[in-house]
Amino acid sequence: MTEPLQELGEYIAQANERAVMAAYVRLGELMIDARPEGLIGLLTFLRDDPRCLFKQLVDVCGVDWPEREKRFDVVYNLLSLKNNQRVRVKVATDEATPVPSAAPVFSSAGWFEREAYDLYGVWFADHPDLRRILTDYGFEGHPLRKDFPLTGFVEVRWDDLQKRVVYEPVKLTQEFRRFDFLSPWEGAHQVLPGDEKADEKAKS
Amino acid sequence: MSDVEIKTLTMNFGPQHPAAHGVLRLVVEMDGEIVERCDPHIGLLHRGTEKLIEYKSYLQAVPYFDRLDYVSPMNQEHAYALAVEKLLGITAPERGQYIRVLFSEITRILNHLLNVTTFAMDVGALTPPLWGFEQRELLMEYYEGVSGSRMHAAYFRPGGVHQDLPDGMLDSMDAWIKQFYPFMKDIEKLLNDNRIFRQRTVDIGVVNPQQALDWGFSGPMIRASGLPWDLRKSQPYDVYERMDFDIPVGKTGDCFARYLVRIEEMYQSARIMEQCVAALRTVTGPVRVDDRKISPPRRGEMKDSMEALIHHFKLYTEGYKVPAGETYTAVEAPKGEFAVYLVSDGTNKPYRCKIRAPGFPHLAALDMMTKGHQLADMSANIGSLDIVFGEVDR
Repeated sequence: MTEPLQELGEYIAQANERAVMAAYVRLGELMIDARPEGLIGLLTFLRDDPRCLFKQLVDVCGVDWPEREKRFDVVYNLLSLKNNQRVRVKVATDEATPVPSAAPVFSSAGWFEREAYDLYGVWFADHPDLRRILTDYGFEGHPLRKDFPLTGFVEVRWDDLQKRVVYEPVKLTQEFRRFDFLSPWEGAHQVLPGDEKADEKAKS
Repeated sequence: MSDVEIKTLTMNFGPQHPAAHGVLRLVVEMDGEIVERCDPHIGLLHRGTEKLIEYKSYLQAVPYFDRLDYVSPMNQEHAYALAVEKLLGITAPERGQYIRVLFSEITRILNHLLNVTTFAMDVGALTPPLWGFEQRELLMEYYEGVSGSRMHAAYFRPGGVHQDLPDGMLDSMDAWIKQFYPFMKDIEKLLNDNRIFRQRTVDIGVVNPQQALDWGFSGPMIRASGLPWDLRKSQPYDVYERMDFDIPVGKTGDCFARYLVRIEEMYQSARIMEQCVAALRTVTGPVRVDDRKISPPRRGEMKDSMEALIHHFKLYTEGYKVPAGETYTAVEAPKGEFAVYLVSDGTNKPYRCKIRAPGFPHLAALDMMTKGHQLADMSANIGSLDIVFGEVDR
């Protein structure tokens, strides 16, 4: 099953050398790492090429990797009804660099990109209507970034005296607890209290 | 006579409106009674599900999927369960797969009954919801029978389903399916040739196949536009490839075609239910994988086995670790392609879980569909989109 996909990936990579950095198959799904500059050309190619015919853009979303220099991945999932295939295109970017908007190629991209902008703060160049979509009117910040706390910064309540909804900083009656469930005997490296300097001593 | 300049009127529709199917706010620009532009404001039901899932273990994330589209809970659990199974490299046992397909189809009927009947109510018919909700009630009893909960079941788990069917449920389902066909005939008799219903739906909100592709339509919406596409046939998961059923396809792409497609899908779902019930009488065995590192031990085992107790404790505190990787796994939910894009970094919590809700692109296309229609057709269009804000807003 993976071989035709692999071939298709190579074909796409050859035809779009400027845009495609790598094309590979993982878990039976074809993935393409692309450069933002050639993204529109690549998406148009994927839509119109007779061997691809990915006529549907089914999903666009962001993924945040804060430790990377280009911290965001924008992930485009495309579907070809004709060939019954899917492909995933990934583009890396950071907070400041905009990604060209796919809205001229696929109308469905409009809202998906608004969502990615709202939740991650990824900018899309030449987007027809880049507004927030899911969060509250006047919301500040981008909630799905890894450095945005789960509790958020403000809470709302109805104030009966002022007869309106008021925004206040979040008050937690109990400290937010995040347990480290990674078992000490496999996986995570946990330092026992008092042992912090043991490693350094061993090294020096 | 001098030219009179007509200014368009901006009108607010919702968020509390019976025809808005939840908390939809539309800002509509009207030219008289004609809609010039409509701008849906969504997010009033945004609960940050994707963010919450990043802070929960893989098992704890399951109940969030019930609360997305709360009229078709189990299909969404199905997508999530399949995604996690794919990353873990496991498959559910045969009996578990049959149960999942059976309940997916029950859910499809639940969803379509709600949609078709409330759609009829939006355009002026009060009887269909009264009749349809009685059947929904009967189906929800099956939900309650297997999971203890009428809606938010948390029944499909990665690796199978939570527990086996209770005794006698298959007989009861057989009886239910038998009475369902005549019931559907009655609903059709109420609506199919109803003059008012046809006037309100035929040629309203026409979407041609090209537009359906461009706007990312799926499910009944794309089939009503004449594209025979169903993930249960084209990319079958679980035991769908063994099922014998037809895919209804509409011709006109209007609200009436979408209604007809949903009606026919209910008949087909009942057919699949019949086959599953028949199969479940012969297929025996476990309903979830027998790997103690993924699925918890039975209650009885825990009473006298120390390992079982440890496994239980570890699974319900730490959960299991999922190998690093990513997958986009889609199922044919009643509303369309419901997919989970799951990124794992090898820990016990999802790194990223993007939920692809079918209603989201459908609602995005509302502006395109209603342009040039009258305001009253707006509610017919919204009704035929089959949107639920739990999944659109997430």
